[in-house]
Amino acid sequence: MTEGPRTDLPLIHARGLTKRFGSITAVDAIDFDVARGEAFGFLGPNGAGKTSTMRMIGGVSPVTEGLLRVLGLDQRTDGPRIRARLGVIPQTDTLDNELSVRENLLIYGRYFGLKWAESGRRADELLDFVQLTERKDDIVEQLSGGMKRRLTIARGLINEPELMLLDEPTTGLDPQARHLVWDRLYRLKQRGTTLVLTTHYMDEAEQLCDRLVVMDKAKIVAEGSPRQLIERYSTREVTELRFPPGIQETLDGQLDGVAERIEWLPDRVLLYAEDGEAVAVAIHDRGVRPETVLVRRSTLEDVFLRLTGRTLVE
Amino acid sequence: MAFVPAGTIRVFEHRALEYSRVWRATLFNSFLTPVLFLASMGLGLGTYVDSAGSTVLGGVRYIEFLGPGLLAATAMQVGTFEATFPILGGFIWNRVFHAMHATPISPRDVALGSLGWIAFRLLIVTTVFTVVLVGFGAVRSPLIVLAIPVGLLTGLAFATFVAAFSATQRVMTKFNYIFRFVIQPLFLFSGTFFPIEQLPGFLQPVAWLTPVFHGVALARGLALGTAFESPALFVIHAVVLVGFVLVGTWLAVRAVERRLVV
Repeated sequence: MTEGPRTDLPLIHARGLTKRFGSITAVDAIDFDVARGEAFGFLGPNGAGKTSTMRMIGGVSPVTEGLLRVLGLDQRTDGPRIRARLGVIPQTDTLDNELSVRENLLIYGRYFGLKWAESGRRADELLDFVQLTERKDDIVEQLSGGMKRRLTIARGLINEPELMLLDEPTTGLDPQARHLVWDRLYRLKQRGTTLVLTTHYMDEAEQLCDRLVVMDKAKIVAEGSPRQLIERYSTREVTELRFPPGIQETLDGQLDGVAERIEWLPDRVLLYAEDGEAVAVAIHDRGVRPETVLVRRSTLEDVFLRLTGRTLVE
Repeated sequence: MAFVPAGTIRVFEHRALEYSRVWRATLFNSFLTPVLFLASMGLGLGTYVDSAGSTVLGGVRYIEFLGPGLLAATAMQVGTFEATFPILGGFIWNRVFHAMHATPISPRDVALGSLGWIAFRLLIVTTVFTVVLVGFGAVRSPLIVLAIPVGLLTGLAFATFVAAFSATQRVMTKFNYIFRFVIQPLFLFSGTFFPIEQLPGFLQPVAWLTPVFHGVALARGLALGTAFESPALFVIHAVVLVGFVLVGTWLAVRAVERRLVV
């Protein structure tokens, strides 16, 4: 047998992975594998256990029970060796606001044991990659939220990691800044970097993830590619009806049988069917007059609603 | 420095990088504090004290009595301050300790590197203070150079315990209590400005329990050249200071580990 990295083994291998804080179970015996080169997502609302899972993978939070192997190493005993090969984008920024943009990268390279010159060389390359070269001497405090996020991504790449952990990479950013971040992450994916991310934005999951698990109340409730999940748990199209206040409650039975499935939300009614237009025509024929009718494709939001009975962002 | 873990040195480097932006201002401050104190209290107030012909100070000029004590008391203040906001900030404001922990840096490195940085700051402050003391002619013995490590130990005796406390905090409100109810009284009543024999009898043993009293006594003995007249006392003072530093360091490492590894 020759020594060398086994490329057939999963980069992350979790079985019965559990995290408890006192009497609270944050992660409840979950199983998953992440393959090399994959973009893998944890989708779920706040408090579902995504961040706890990420912190365990990141080697900063002890596993309460179960098996967790990261990059072929045991999480319980090899924390520092695992962390040496990871790139971590935490949920809240941990940049040093008193240092310049470039200094933040320089010192972070030092934490991984890089020589100053090598750290500087990589810092310049990465600043170019995240389009912050012009701001390199600015103090971090002066950057916008989107720029700070991009700097955090550059920082997470300074040790040339095999695996990137991104905890809600675009939460709190405006749409334009989000697209810039997505674009950079997409390029990383193209280069073959394995990405693991958490999000409660279905569009983010759809944009970036090859495969994802839906988490709810500390458990994994479904797993697959975004398309598979939509096919399995939703219909092709959705017809959204909004009524003037008070009317929705009086519809009593008028929509029965018009679609394969009906979800009643406080502010709207969702009708699931293969052909949304046909549904819209059918309800019109029945004399139902919503204020607005919107026909759209099913998304992961619908999958989540189906699986948990709740919406993702509340 | 082969015996210091590489991660600990990296944490120290981080603070050094931050400091490289502000060192001029803080170095100026390190000069200004002793100059102002020695001019006003040492020379100004000292003239009155010396002219009163009191024998309490044993024939020592007031500035010679005050100066070295003030060095130790200042080290206490600097050590305490450096272990409050900068430590808490690493957990809750810029969260750099969390950033470090995501790399091969261990919580132990975070604690020891941060304390190492405080030690470095104390070294600068006490060295500058010693130079100023010599400049004021407030020193009788070349042993004063040993007051530099004494000041370092006195500062660390506080910094380590306070850092351990800071690592358990979520907000900064309790720091005020430390400054107001611990540091301020110790600064005033630990033998810096007047001998503790002037304190009410029941408070004198209390002074012996605080590291700053021992630091003041040691520094003063060194400045006056009398430190080795009673070797036993010298050893007791030194052992107390070292003991505080060791216990405090252990507590600080443990507190940082508990904070980061959850």
